[in-house]
Amino acid sequence: MLAYILRRLLYMFITLIGISIISWVIITQAPGSPIALTMDPKVSPKIIEQMEKNYDLDKPVHQQYFLWLQRLFSGTLYSFKDGRPVLEKIAERIWNTLLLNGVAILIIFSLAIPLGIFSARRQYTLMDYLGTFGAYLGISIPSFWLAYLLILGTVKLFGYPVLGMRSFVTEDFTHVEIVMDRIWHLILPSVILAIGGIAALSRYTRSSMLEVIRQDYIRTAKAKGLPDETVYYKHALRNALLPIVTLFGFLIPGLIGGSIIMETIFAWPGIGRLAYQAVLARDYPVVMTINTITAVLVLLGNFFADILYGIADPRIRYP
Amino acid sequence: MGISLLFVGSRAAPEVNQLIISSIGDASFLNPILSQDSASSDIDSFIFNGLIRYNRDLDRFVGELAESWKLEYGPEPKITFFLRKGVLWHDGKEFTAEDVKFTYDKIMDEKTNTVRRSSFELVSSAEVLDPYTFRVTYKQPFSPGLESWGIGILPKHLLEKEDINTAAFNRKPIGTGPFKFVEWVTDEKIVVDANPDYFEGRPGLDRIIYRIIPETALTEMELLTRGVDYAGVFPFEYRRMTQVPFLNVYSQPSLGYTYIGYNLKNPLFQDKRVRRALTHAINRQEIVQYVLYGLGTVATGLFPNHLWYSNPHLKPLPYDPQEARRLLAEAGWKDTNGDGILDKDGKPFRFTLITNSGNDTRRDVGVLVQRQLREIGMEVTLEFYEWSVFLKDFVNVKHFDACILGWSLSVDPDAYEIWHSSQIEKGFNFISYRNPEVDRLWEEGRREYDLERRKQIYWRIDELIADDQPVTFLYVPLGLSALQKIFFLLEKDATGKEILRPIKMEKAGLMYDLQKWVVPRGITMER
Repeated sequence: MLAYILRRLLYMFITLIGISIISWVIITQAPGSPIALTMDPKVSPKIIEQMEKNYDLDKPVHQQYFLWLQRLFSGTLYSFKDGRPVLEKIAERIWNTLLLNGVAILIIFSLAIPLGIFSARRQYTLMDYLGTFGAYLGISIPSFWLAYLLILGTVKLFGYPVLGMRSFVTEDFTHVEIVMDRIWHLILPSVILAIGGIAALSRYTRSSMLEVIRQDYIRTAKAKGLPDETVYYKHALRNALLPIVTLFGFLIPGLIGGSIIMETIFAWPGIGRLAYQAVLARDYPVVMTINTITAVLVLLGNFFADILYGIADPRIRYP
Repeated sequence: MGISLLFVGSRAAPEVNQLIISSIGDASFLNPILSQDSASSDIDSFIFNGLIRYNRDLDRFVGELAESWKLEYGPEPKITFFLRKGVLWHDGKEFTAEDVKFTYDKIMDEKTNTVRRSSFELVSSAEVLDPYTFRVTYKQPFSPGLESWGIGILPKHLLEKEDINTAAFNRKPIGTGPFKFVEWVTDEKIVVDANPDYFEGRPGLDRIIYRIIPETALTEMELLTRGVDYAGVFPFEYRRMTQVPFLNVYSQPSLGYTYIGYNLKNPLFQDKRVRRALTHAINRQEIVQYVLYGLGTVATGLFPNHLWYSNPHLKPLPYDPQEARRLLAEAGWKDTNGDGILDKDGKPFRFTLITNSGNDTRRDVGVLVQRQLREIGMEVTLEFYEWSVFLKDFVNVKHFDACILGWSLSVDPDAYEIWHSSQIEKGFNFISYRNPEVDRLWEEGRREYDLERRKQIYWRIDELIADDQPVTFLYVPLGLSALQKIFFLLEKDATGKEILRPIKMEKAGLMYDLQKWVVPRGITMER
């Protein structure tokens, strides 16, 4: 097991370097320049050349890559856009994204798994069809469209702002009101973020549950007279949830990665928006760093999913 | 209703004189020499002062940190600024000429990542004569250079030992302006408070909050729920905004225009008659009507009509397809083979019109122009490219037939970089416009400091370029904005009595008198 972990870590490291080199080349060689994004006749070409030199953009690609690495690890990597340390920019937003996505994932798991079990136990009944219909609806409705509708509806109904992480005038709020206000602003974006996930995960749970309850040992358990609850929740569910463990691999990067669309619509200051703005501004240090962090999380997520799988399923052996 | 009461309750509006402004983007540097985006410059203008600023009609300067200034003409003109005494930085230190010199030196320092250097390149020396006197000498007369002294002045004592590109100062600035920096919550808000020691008197508002709402479509919602007080408005929102009882809606022609630029290196566009025919054939009124919902004007030339240097006798070329056909026939373009497309020497009148993708307004303009030109027998292909590709592979290398673009202008009329023939090679004259008389006039305009004489020069330029029609000037959009009706101007009348006046749009913008804005007590919001 230990040898397996070490080997995996080594592979991950090599993969990561590969990812960072490829993305560096793609990002910096894409058309556009971080300097003078708009056409301003009051900025002479000479000044643009000087700025490129200041940002080391005149150096060869490989040299720029090593400079980036060196600065990232020495903590002297600054954003082109506002001259702030890149890690500081990421750190100040990471909690906002964690909060939003954490709540969304909580909603997804606490609703999707019971829904899936419910549908599986009542396969081909009206409730099951309704659940299927609802799931397809949830997957196919564009979330931005739903977001607009819900924002419009909420504003019309309650006449109270929903954008941002909190209300703007909070000086005269009590502590309780501040917390309530934060929750109020969290509800809509997290629910909308969760809808697609609930739909997809409840489908997974349903089909995996259905597969398990057709197994011989379930029939045996039923035949020997065990109560339905024990059969389903003790014997079937445990096995049905095994594939769900692999989803943890996607969960971790999803938690940090942020959602560009929801963060933009709801004016939520998270990582997704930072990355998006950095891409538009060709802010290479920020784009590259977020990209690398996301890559690390994807690799780690996959790694942990594999380990967890081994723990959850004793049949799995590591070579 | 129950849920909303549970979460938010009902409360009275807070008793502070505050203004919440909405912006689609966060600021970058709160440092006037580094910032390039509009959000940063808006906030810089609250926190910092320049030596001079434009007056409300944008036709001359008034002193800000400089009480007065003296211009000595000659082959190497000198400007001596006499600074205000007793002006304090927000941290309590006194402002002096050393700060001005420091700001200038930082702009000129090649290590500083600033794009402002161009306007100061003709300065040969900048010297501190005494703590309240600062003098600059120019290598040659350069009247547009005066405007650049409106740039915010930085405190030497706080930045001297820092790397200005990455200094913490850029996120918690100290200035001399009417408002003091309070806090900046990334991508959420920037807060500034009234500076009680401001040299022109404490501003009427206690606080300004600059709020970042990236999704413009939802700004309207926030205006309606009073989450913001002031916001830009899109043409399609304008009509319904004017019907909201608690909002004032303002409009003002923008400093800029949208145009179709013809590549004058292309033989197709080298004949002036052809270019004039193109303009005659493009119904710009229709474009304003359908693309801008009527909220704009047909551009007459390269200067905004409401400012002093735009030639008032100039009229836009009328929409006249008959005249267009006549001019084209005169230039030899006729439909000889009856296929509906004009031709000359066996070559049909075909060209590609390009613009950047992602700009819906320009796309719609392109579609209308394509149809309008088809009516007089020209075949136009439309192509859209991502902005940086558009610049790098097409515009900058002059690899295009015609393009739809817009210019945003500074207040000073000097547009040498766009129209002078010396700027064809490496500058912004990518349409390759060349007219020796216009060249000479631009040079003269830069040498001339007298407003009246400059006016004559620019009127003539306006006329000459309109006659040449190297581009089709399409339209000047109206800048639209909405403000909650609770704000007023607090002014003193002749007898010294305080009176409230409604806020008016000035040529220099709605915010020109921002320091006098107040929310009078006893005014409540009508819902």
